[in-house]
Amino acid sequence: MDSKNVLSIWLVVGISLLGNGVLILGAGLYELIYPPATKVVLYEYHANIWWGAILTVIGAFYCIRFAPSRRKAELKGKAADRK
Amino acid sequence: MNPAANQTSSHILVHLSPVDLVIIVFYFALVLTIGFILNKRSGTSEDFFLAGREMTAWVAGLAFLSANLGSLELMGWAGNAYKYGILAAHWYWIGAIPAMIFLALVMMPFYYICKTHSVPGYLKLRFGTGAQTLSSISFAFMTVLMSGVNMYAMAVVMRVVLGWNMHTSIWVSSVTVLIYVALGGLRSAIFNEVLQFFLIWAGALLIPILGLIEAGGWDGLKARIVANLMEQGNAHAGSFTHLWSTLGSFDKNPMGINWVGIVFGLGAIISMGYWTTDFLVVQRVMAAKDLRSAKLAPIIGANFKMLVPFIVILPGLLGLGLLRDGSGNVLKLVSNDLAWNSPQLGLHGYDEVLPLMLARYCGPGLLGLGITALIAGFMSGMAGNVSAFTTVWTYDIYGAMINKKATDEQKVKVGRWCTVWGVIISIVTAYMCKEASSIMDYVQALFSFFIAPLFGTVLLGMLWKRATKAGGFWGLFAGTLSSIGMWAWVKLDPGAVRYIALSSAAQDQAQNMFRALWCCLIGVIFLVVVSLLTKPKPAAELTGLVYGETVIPAEGNFAFYQRPLFWAGVTTLVFVIINICFW
Repeated sequence: MDSKNVLSIWLVVGISLLGNGVLILGAGLYELIYPPATKVVLYEYHANIWWGAILTVIGAFYCIRFAPSRRKAELKGKAADRK
Repeated sequence: MNPAANQTSSHILVHLSPVDLVIIVFYFALVLTIGFILNKRSGTSEDFFLAGREMTAWVAGLAFLSANLGSLELMGWAGNAYKYGILAAHWYWIGAIPAMIFLALVMMPFYYICKTHSVPGYLKLRFGTGAQTLSSISFAFMTVLMSGVNMYAMAVVMRVVLGWNMHTSIWVSSVTVLIYVALGGLRSAIFNEVLQFFLIWAGALLIPILGLIEAGGWDGLKARIVANLMEQGNAHAGSFTHLWSTLGSFDKNPMGINWVGIVFGLGAIISMGYWTTDFLVVQRVMAAKDLRSAKLAPIIGANFKMLVPFIVILPGLLGLGLLRDGSGNVLKLVSNDLAWNSPQLGLHGYDEVLPLMLARYCGPGLLGLGITALIAGFMSGMAGNVSAFTTVWTYDIYGAMINKKATDEQKVKVGRWCTVWGVIISIVTAYMCKEASSIMDYVQALFSFFIAPLFGTVLLGMLWKRATKAGGFWGLFAGTLSSIGMWAWVKLDPGAVRYIALSSAAQDQAQNMFRALWCCLIGVIFLVVVSLLTKPKPAAELTGLVYGETVIPAEGNFAFYQRPLFWAGVTTLVFVIINICFW
């Protein structure tokens, strides 16, 4: 989030996208196996599968890139540079 | 009691599945966790009210934009796009981009250098306590009342869209906001705003993508809109997809406005007033870690703002071109009042176009994400209002008038209690709106009275050394009074609209544009005349506050592509190209 916090806002964004992505992807796969009686318009595009997958990948990237352990190391490095 | 509260479940637009509910619960759990974690870092007033002034340009820029990206905004402007066509995009382009660039390059240095905590705080430094008192009291109360209006609107929308109980919506959202703002202060609000930004894009982006596929691209959509409107006998059928070419006269477009109102009323006054002096949005940029970040933040926000019509205006236009009822006829949306107050008619309001499009394309999971984005937008809007109220109350009312010697610790304590009181006043306002929904219109009108005159006062304060303390106060006072006067005149005599908005065909938005233009001009004239008749401040007292008496610090040794001026130029170029494309 900011220049000093160990908890980064980008990590929170990553957790949110990853969690939502996994849930949406799971719901999409379930619908693929058990098609619903009432379908949304353009159901045949299976938007929840590919959109869920995109969110999962982006979320996972943010979680890894802004993981607290990595953030701590970065902040230590910056502090050492300033000294 | 408002009949909207008594709607039957037959009118519910969207039915959520278990996975949708899990996504909503996941969001609430995440924001509450953020509040508890950030509580450790809100011990000082700088931390609590300005998030420690350590935000990067990206975070400050996204929070700056998100503070204005609430759900009422999204649903309301999607509804306006359905009603007025692409003209509604002016509020995202000429009604935002020039003002954001102006804030970044011209006004931000003064806000940042004088180290004020708020916009009324700047007025105190520049014009003394009179102007500060007038603007802080009006801003504090209007902000918290607006928060209540938003809360009520959210409860109505949740009732209409999901069939949720209004009391549950009001209490669950307000208690959640109370917890995370009282614990983490502005930092917590900013965290939530950035999270909301991503949720809104993740939840809404599929609508235009799938909508354009269904409509056969932009050209296919335009053809469908014209065909649908002609089928309904609309006199402006050809003008709904043109941004500028129909603004030559008042009667050639569905809004009843001409280019003067859009360029000068919206572009030069309303948007400048909102984006440069409304403390709710400016507070986010003040939290930036240095001056270069503070200047870059509004420019980053401007670039994303230009993209927002893709997820707001386009769904409104898609609704116009694609929505059909069960018999295959064009589904005609009506005013929200008619649809929501008479559910037995089975009609849909303009503001329902976004949820309608969401329900059209989004199955389980995606629907939950879309609804979560709307809830996040409502809650972060409420948190933004409450955190801005807390800061202005603590610094500009409590610290300036009640306890001038307040310690840092006392200010944080007052800030936390203000958050509690802010939420309580919001809840009371929400229930007042529930009893009489006309209160909502009055509060929204009241809020608009102060923004345009404030812009004229702050701008002249920053750019004109000769502006005096008395000039600042009387300019602000006269501008506000004239705005109220014009509004009351039209309320009492609707025919007066032809004098205020220069046309009797002017719709609400057009009236707002012209009223803002006139009251800002009146405020500026008063400020200039009174200043010329009174004694100016010595030049030494204007350092850091006025152009010509302030040395703007260098941004540091950065390459040209890292400088705010370069990105302001790029943003302006893109802005011009977009306007030409949709001419």
